[in-house]
Order: sequence, then structure tokens, then C-alpha cells
Amino acid sequence: MERIRITVGLGSCGIASGAKIVYEALKEKTQKLNVQIVKVGCIGICRYEPIVEIYKDGNRITYINVSEKDVEDIIEKTIKNNEIIESLSLKEENNNILNDPFLKRQTRIVLENCGKINPENIDEYGGYKALRKALKMDKDEIIHEVKESKLRGRGGAGFKTGDKWSLVKASAGDKKYVCCNADEGDPGAFMDRAILEGDPHSVIEAMIIAGYAVGASEGFIYVREEYPLAVERLKVAIKQAQSKKYLGKNILNSGFNFNLELRLGAGAFVCGEETALMASIEGKRGEPRLRPPYPAEKGVYNSPTLLNNVETFANIPIIILNGSAWFNSLGTDKSGGTKVFALGGKIKNTGLVEVPIGTELKEIIYDIGGGIANDKKFKAAQTGGPSGGCIPASLINVKMDYDNLKEIGTMMGSGGLIVTDEDTCMVDIAKFFLDFAVSESCGKCTPCRIGTKRVYEILDKITKGKGTIEDLENLDNLSKHIQATSFCGLGQTATNPVLSTMRYFKEEYISHIVEKKCPAKVCKDLLKYKINKELCKACGLCAKNCPVNAIIKTDDKYEIDESKCIKCGACFNNCHFKAIEKE
Amino acid sequence: MNKEIDEIIKNSESLIEMLQKIQKIDGYLYFERLFYLSEKLDMSLEDIYSTATFYNGFSFNMKGKYQINICLGTVCYVKGSKELSEEISKILNIKDGECTKDGKFSLDTTRCLGCCSMAPVMKINDDIYGFVKKEQVKEILAKYN
Ligand SMILES: Cc1cc2nc3c(=O)[nH]c(=O)nc-3n(C[C@H](O)[C@H](O)[C@H](O)COP(=O)(O)O)c2cc1C
Ligand code: FES
Repeated sequence: MERIRITVGLGSCGIASGAKIVYEALKEKTQKLNVQIVKVGCIGICRYEPIVEIYKDGNRITYINVSEKDVEDIIEKTIKNNEIIESLSLKEENNNILNDPFLKRQTRIVLENCGKINPENIDEYGGYKALRKALKMDKDEIIHEVKESKLRGRGGAGFKTGDKWSLVKASAGDKKYVCCNADEGDPGAFMDRAILEGDPHSVIEAMIIAGYAVGASEGFIYVREEYPLAVERLKVAIKQAQSKKYLGKNILNSGFNFNLELRLGAGAFVCGEETALMASIEGKRGEPRLRPPYPAEKGVYNSPTLLNNVETFANIPIIILNGSAWFNSLGTDKSGGTKVFALGGKIKNTGLVEVPIGTELKEIIYDIGGGIANDKKFKAAQTGGPSGGCIPASLINVKMDYDNLKEIGTMMGSGGLIVTDEDTCMVDIAKFFLDFAVSESCGKCTPCRIGTKRVYEILDKITKGKGTIEDLENLDNLSKHIQATSFCGLGQTATNPVLSTMRYFKEEYISHIVEKKCPAKVCKDLLKYKINKELCKACGLCAKNCPVNAIIKTDDKYEIDESKCIKCGACFNNCHFKAIEKE
Repeated sequence: MNKEIDEIIKNSESLIEMLQKIQKIDGYLYFERLFYLSEKLDMSLEDIYSTATFYNGFSFNMKGKYQINICLGTVCYVKGSKELSEEISKILNIKDGECTKDGKFSLDTTRCLGCCSMAPVMKINDDIYGFVKKEQVKEILAKYN
């Protein structure tokens, strides 16, 4: 009889949901059966974790939100008796996760293996076929394929990958490096983590191919230390690749040598910027430096260096295997392939979404994401993280590609896609990102170090009801100056969230300034709490919970003394009758 | 105590790596150890500090036996993680970056743990908690003794 394969999602998110216990229990209780328990990476629908899948007789049965107590049932019913457990099943066609509407409309190339193969077993990855093919190709031919594929850098700026490769190849130097940017600094993006945890060999294979094509003999993967599991899996994967002779001397008898090492970040957003990253690889302060010279000429240890993002690399093996024509049949005229978005925020279905470049935002939000959570209204989508901007509801038909997003004042960035609803205050969001910029500015140049602080202060003033109409002009002015005069990409993009929210949500800024009101009811200082006397049952719970005794009993009802209220919201959160209203 | 550091120097590729390993020993960068490192590397203490203070990953304050990290990344922020950190501050009576007097808990905020689709997210040592509600915080803390 064919061996039954059972996979357990053991990415960071699966583990956080308790998948490890499920995995151990399954292992222990199936010892005597002809069953193989396999750990896999994150499939990108974290709310279903822990996910257990059973591959049996050509079927794939998906169970979601599995806990330890379900293990016995899974073995007795499904494994031994082919019975589907309704309470754990997805209720989609054939109980297969691939039929989930969230996955069904996606085009998975980069994420294809995530959640399917065991990332800690090189044999499941498939024999490094792309590397074998590439080593038989001419170097220029490889670069030509990458160029023709119209692959553009997934790290943010969208630089043409093929062009970068040929620049590095053309650079003079005996020693060259290939680096992978796995710093994933955009808070809200986690596709690089999913790839590294779920399919690390795709990145390693791509880096070896890149090394061969550009003439580099050494590589570094710079990965943020906040991703311990990704680091672990990469270590395992590198060891295995070495033992199979995909790394090291005379790779697959081609005469080509390539070594790969890991470097751990230490928590600095600016280290995602290429020159800062290289300083950090060398163990120094991660300060950016002026370009030119570009890394293609002078990078790590002053040698020509090729730097690409994790997702960019993860596209390479499939381009080599299937050809550029196949790859660029997906995407748009100017940009081939797919992009992975990390869909999050106030949306029903959160998770990783991989779609062809040029897909409409509307499709991502409504068809894949299932619309806004709690039936609220879509307000805007934030893309590009701290360097990006927002896409308002009026532009929901925008086709997501590098150029379109730039035109409307935001950017593709690394793929964070954060949905906001009517309860999100756009001034507060801008302030959030500027707070981020202030703490992450490395301090090297004045516009970024001091300018972002001043912008933050103005925003803070506005959210506290102390803003003036002149502040709007100052914000605009200052933001544009910082953009024009900052030293590196961090400062040059840091005020984008301000400019973008002012462009599309100016009336919200004006409400804060003129009417002293926060329409989304987020900014605490502008809120007023009131007790609705019709709904109040005079239970006294609010008065009991008020930390400053601002709620007093009058006649038979309660009232809030505004002069004492500190707007902590304790009464609002504790009222059982929804009698406390925000204004 | 310095033997450990000799070992670390021998097995590390860069200053950052050394500092990361040294931090693992005490949970933070202990001055005496940096002093020894500076002598051994023949590198000024200023140079070591200038690298260490550049990165958020290094801490110069004592950490608790249980290190609490609240994610204040964008998704978690939009989903209200600030309330979680306020709640913990209230329960433990410490501010962001501080450690309780008995050395049990320390509280820090961080930017994105990469589990955004489980926002809001918090981490205690290596355990990650997703979809955390303010009301659950007490219960979660009670697990750590
Ligand atoms: C402040 C700043 C932060 C950045 N952070 C990242 C990051 O976390 N990950 C990344 O891949 N690229 C990041 N980048 C972009 C890199 O500098 C670089 O362009 C990219 O890694 C190149 O790879 P690609 O061509 O494959 O996109 C950042 C850029 C700036 C200016
Ligand atoms: S924003 Fe909190 S885990 Fe990513």
C-alpha cells in the first residue's frame, strides 16, 4: 500500500498557533502505521493554522485549526477509515485547501512549494534542476533569459534584474559577491519570511546560478534576527546543499566554485538599504554611503556585488527552467511574473496573496480578500510600508504594477498591503509612519534626522487638536524638502505617507484642525465620551472602572465630568449596554 | 567569565556577530564584557559602543527572565496592539524598555515579527501569541512563573 503523507504547517505562524504539539502527537501516535509525518512551511493563510493535510489515494484533504485533541480522531477516522471529519474540514470542494477562494484565484509560482514540501529535506525540493541546466548554459545566455523575463526587483524599487546582473558581470574584479537582502524591514510584509521558512532552497539555488552568471565565488544572505526560524532553516538548507555538492568547490563537476554564508541583522530598518546592508555585512554600523559607486562596481569589501531581494531570487529557478517567454506571459508589458502581497489589516481574509503583476486592487481586496471585515467600508490600502503611501477607495481599480503605483503617489515596495476602514484615522497612520522614520533614521544626514522629527511634531500637534491651517502648508513644504535633500532612500521616501494622505484625505486633516474632530474617532485628545441616557441602565459599572473618578451619579443616571475625563476608554470598553458613546 | 568571550571572538566573523553572542549570555550587553572585548580586539570602547548603539537589537538594560515583546508593526498597530502594551504596562507597572524589580518580566516593543496575519501579536521569550485580546493578557502572563 502507498505510504500516506501527512503534512503539518510549521512556519512561525503555525508554531505560534500550537502546531508543534499537533506534529509531535501525530508522530507519536502513527509510529506503527504506514504514515509519513512531514513538516512544511507556511501556506500563507495564518488564521487556519494549525493546518494538517493528508495526502492519500491521490487526494489532498485539508484540516484547519487542528488541536492536539483532534489527533486521535484524525488517525482513527480519516487515516484508517477514509472518513472526513466535518468539524475540521474546510467545506470547500474535495476538502482541499487549494479550492479555498483565497487560494483559488491566486497564481502561485514563488509560493508554490510553501506549505507543500519539507523545507528541511533537500530531496523534496527537486534536485536543483535549474542549476544543472544553467551550468550548461552560456553566462550571457542566462542573463539574457533573466532580461527577457522582464523580472524586476521585488525589494521595492523595481530595478530590472537582468540589467543589474549584466552590470555586475561587466564589472572588473577577481573577487565578486552575490548578496540576498532578507532584511524584510517593512513592518507588515512577511513574504520573504514565508519563502525562507517554506522553500529556502529556491533562494539558495538562485544565488548559485547568479554567482555563476556574474562571476562571483561567494555569497551572503543578510537575514533579520527577528526571524529565528528562517535562520535555522537556511542553516540546514545550506548544509544540505553543501553535502550534495551544489555549494563548495567544483559544483556538479562544472569547475565553478561558490560558497554561501549567513549574516544576521541586528534590528535596523536602514540596513535594508543596499549600501547600509553591505556595511552591516562587514560588521560595521549600518550607515548608508553615497552612490555612485554602485554596489555593482564597489559593494561588499569594495568588490563588485550583486544584491537582490529574497522574492526576486525565488523567481530565478523557474525562469531558467520554463524560459522567459513563459514567465513574461504573466504580468504586464513592462514587468513580468507575479508579486506576492501580504494582505493584512481590516480585511476578512488575511494572508499571502500571489497574483500576476497588473492585477486590479479591487480583485485582491474583494475577490481574494473577501472584502472588509465586520462589513465596514473600505477606506484605503496602504502599500510600500513606511516608504509608501495609500490608495484611496476612488482608485480601487488601479492595476498593481510598479509604474501605476508610483503615478498615484505610492509604491509597490516589498508588498505589504494593509487595508484600512472607516475606523482608521489617516492622520494617525501618517503619524505612525513618521514615528517609525524618526526612530529608524540612522542620523547621518540632517534632513532625515531632524526633518522627520519636525514633521512628526506637527502631526502630533494636529492629532491633539492644536494644529493650525498653516501647518498644512508647512507639512507639505517640509516633506518635499526632506524628500529632495536626504542622503539615502530612507529619508527620500520617509515623508511619502504624509504627502499621500494629505493628497487624498485632506478633509480629514482639516477636520482635526478646524473642527477639532477626528472623524474616525481614533485621536484620543479629540474624543468626547458621553453617556446615552436612553440606553443607560444605571448599573454603575462605568463609574467603578473609571480610574480618575470622572463618572458621577446624578439623579438616577450617570454622567461624565469632562474636566476630569482622561479619555482612557475604560467606561466604553466595560459598558454592557453600549450606552457610552464616542463623539 | 572571560573564557566565554575568548571563545566567541574565535568563532565569529564580525563585531556584530560577537555582540549578538555576548548579548545571549546575560540578555543584554554587560559593560564589563564589552570592556574585556575591547581589550582583546584592541579596538576602542567607543568604536564598539558606536556599533552596538546603532542597532535596536542590542540592549544595555537588564532584561527579565521572561522578555515580553509587543509588536508595533503596521498591521498590529492598525489592529490595536498599542492597547496591549498599555495593558501590560499597567499590570506589571513598568514602561517600555524596563524590567520588573524582581527581574521576572521586561517589556519591549518591536516592529513586526512577521506574523502579521495573526495581528495583534506578542512574544514572550520564544513563544509567539497571535490574535491577542486585551482581556487575555493577564491569563497569558500567568503562564510564566
Ligand atoms: C530604507 C530602505 C529600506 C529597504 N529595505 C529593504 C528590505 O527590507 N528588503 C529588500 O529586499 N529591499 C529593501 N530595500 C531596497 C534595497 O535597497 C535594494 O534596492 C533591493 O534589495 C535590491 O534588490 P531587488 O533589485 O531584487 O529588489 C530598502 C531600501 C531602502 C532605501
Ligand atoms: S505587524 Fe505585527 S507581526 Fe507584522
